[in-house]
Amino acid sequence: MTGARIFLEALKREGVREIFGIPGGAVINIYDELHKDSELFHILTRHEQGAVHAADGYARSSGKVGVVLVTSGPGATNTVTGIATAYMDSSPIVVFTGQVPTSMIGNDAFQEADIVGITRPCTKHNYLVKDVKDLPRVIKEAFYIARTGRPGPVLVDLPKDVITASANVKFPDHIELRGYKPVLEGHVKQIRKALDIILASSRPVLYTGGGVIWSSAAADLTKFARKLKIPVTNTLMGLGGFPGDDELFMGMLGMHGTYAANMAVTHSDLIIAVGARFDDRVTGKVEEFAPEAKIVHVDVDPASISKSVKVHVPIVGDAKRVVRRLLEELKNVPQKEIRAFQKRTAEWRKKISEWKETQPLRYNRSKTRIKPQYVVEKLYELTGGDAIITTEVGQNQMWAAQFFKYKQPRTFITSGGLGTMGFGFPAAIGAQVANPGKVVVDIAGDGSIQMNIQELATAVQYRLPVKVFILNNRFLGMVRQWQHLFFDKRYSETCFGVLPDFVRLAEAYGAVGLRATRPDQVENVIKKALDVNAPVLVDFVIDREECVYPMVPAGASLKDMLLV
Amino acid sequence: MVRRHTISLLVENRFGVLARVAGLFSGRGYNIESLCVAETTDPTVSKMTIVTSGDDQIIEQIIKQLRKLIDVIKVTDLTTTEHVERELVLVKVNAAPEHRAEILRTVDIFRAKIVDVSPSAYVVEITGDEGKIGAFIELMKPFGIRDIARTGKVAMARTAKKREQEGTRHVA
Repeated sequence: MTGARIFLEALKREGVREIFGIPGGAVINIYDELHKDSELFHILTRHEQGAVHAADGYARSSGKVGVVLVTSGPGATNTVTGIATAYMDSSPIVVFTGQVPTSMIGNDAFQEADIVGITRPCTKHNYLVKDVKDLPRVIKEAFYIARTGRPGPVLVDLPKDVITASANVKFPDHIELRGYKPVLEGHVKQIRKALDIILASSRPVLYTGGGVIWSSAAADLTKFARKLKIPVTNTLMGLGGFPGDDELFMGMLGMHGTYAANMAVTHSDLIIAVGARFDDRVTGKVEEFAPEAKIVHVDVDPASISKSVKVHVPIVGDAKRVVRRLLEELKNVPQKEIRAFQKRTAEWRKKISEWKETQPLRYNRSKTRIKPQYVVEKLYELTGGDAIITTEVGQNQMWAAQFFKYKQPRTFITSGGLGTMGFGFPAAIGAQVANPGKVVVDIAGDGSIQMNIQELATAVQYRLPVKVFILNNRFLGMVRQWQHLFFDKRYSETCFGVLPDFVRLAEAYGAVGLRATRPDQVENVIKKALDVNAPVLVDFVIDREECVYPMVPAGASLKDMLLV
Repeated sequence: MVRRHTISLLVENRFGVLARVAGLFSGRGYNIESLCVAETTDPTVSKMTIVTSGDDQIIEQIIKQLRKLIDVIKVTDLTTTEHVERELVLVKVNAAPEHRAEILRTVDIFRAKIVDVSPSAYVVEITGDEGKIGAFIELMKPFGIRDIARTGKVAMARTAKKREQEGTRHVA
């Protein structure tokens, strides 16, 4: 078998069905082999960055590993932003890059780049395959590393002579990595200790993040929260990990979090963090984060524990297994004690309801201008929340997080850690590939959408009925908001002098283009977009100077919020 | 409190591993004071000794981040256990005729060795822990140190206490 054939066989053994990529000289032999293969479906994107975000969106929406195949040199370097995006948000993807033949490596050959060196700090692990005989093992390890423990991207660099060489190989059925043994089962003593602390608390808060989504712990966690009636807040990455319409839900916390969530954290006496990492956008001024609280922290990545805040009960383990164990342990707690706990914490829940009532998420409604929040609310209403929402980065992302209630895990897909503009649209394409029957909507800004708009061709070519809702304010909105609030309205380089006509642009690509300029058009336009079984780009011309509130200024304490 | 730590690593003996470890330190803003790496008796495994400094939280992060590297098999912070540390240093020192006797005496006291002699300079080889090496270099300074080459520290945990009582432990 040739290296190219071995490569495809190894992918199939990992259950791969779809590959996102772009061919080139260094991988032409693989593409030739792919041409003869009817089991693997290749989606040709228009830019390698688009391929990686699509594979990432595929992974986030399905939990399966996303696969990318690109050529050497620029093909490989174009994947870097996508890889770094997946790395920050722990998304399992495997990126295969072509490379010049091993004899040419280091010679500054045509389309040569040291992609293993370049991606070392933004991959969970990466490989340069030097011998075709190593290929089956390396590919198996790559998928295993990507999807286990704290998931993440893995890159495999394939020199052309390795792809063209032939060898008799055996495909391994087990893996031996002595340096990689993720701890999944939480320490039972620690779990019991956590439960004791929880039951002794008076003002508990469950603070959950992307780890809950990745480990499929949402259902068990919801059960746990409801059993003890503990209020829940999600990080941006954790949205969908707890039903957004549940009474115990306080909304997102942090920089653009709800008043209730940020106040609850500030006054809490116990934070139970599950699969979240106390990111600076969540904690605000870290010295003043949850000043009265003890902290229980469940995370599969030991390095996330006690990184930015001191943790009292650390539990290293997979979120789902740990929460299941907590539920098991809870069975041994007498009903009387549970009732006493619920009674003791009733006042706390009441306080939180008051915060929710006095300072809900809100905006100034308008009859003449389209408010972006209104668009998101209407989308929620018209889909009943049954949709996969991806976002770009900035104001559009925050409005999408605030005004849509996510009820299921894997329905909110966003670049949280790296904050990559241009992520949402290709991610929506990947999510649609993984979920053919689902409504997939990218909530975008006019700035972000231009960063990967070429993928409209991909959506049209593969008949992927992805919807893009551009909240168009002709600004780089979030930066403008900061300039508005903290730089005396000096809008340095945030106002677009020229924008394309998005409707005609969509049509030029063979997609459907729609526009709404008045609030009374919004509902009909959304309905129309959802009804069309084709890619649709909707240009919502919104109130230009609308800001995202509440807001905790960067570096300020969570209690110092700017409200509407 | 910022303290100096000696961390010992067992790593896969593969290309790129040193770059991964060094890249982790530079990428996360940790500092490497010295780094030594060589094969062990098992040719698939190398041992690294890294000297770094930081407060407890930073050292904890360094160790956790190192453990996350797939090619890192084992990480031990030797600072928290009993261990021996050694460094080998070559010092080229001016050896004017009137100073030769004193240099030789000092070399003798420190159980160092002269490994090269020329009309105007000696090259001295010395091994020892930080304190000994530091003291020796201070004593050589007045004569004029022309060049210095250090291996960086290597370190090893001492044998377990139980065997110590049996008298098998040698204090160097």
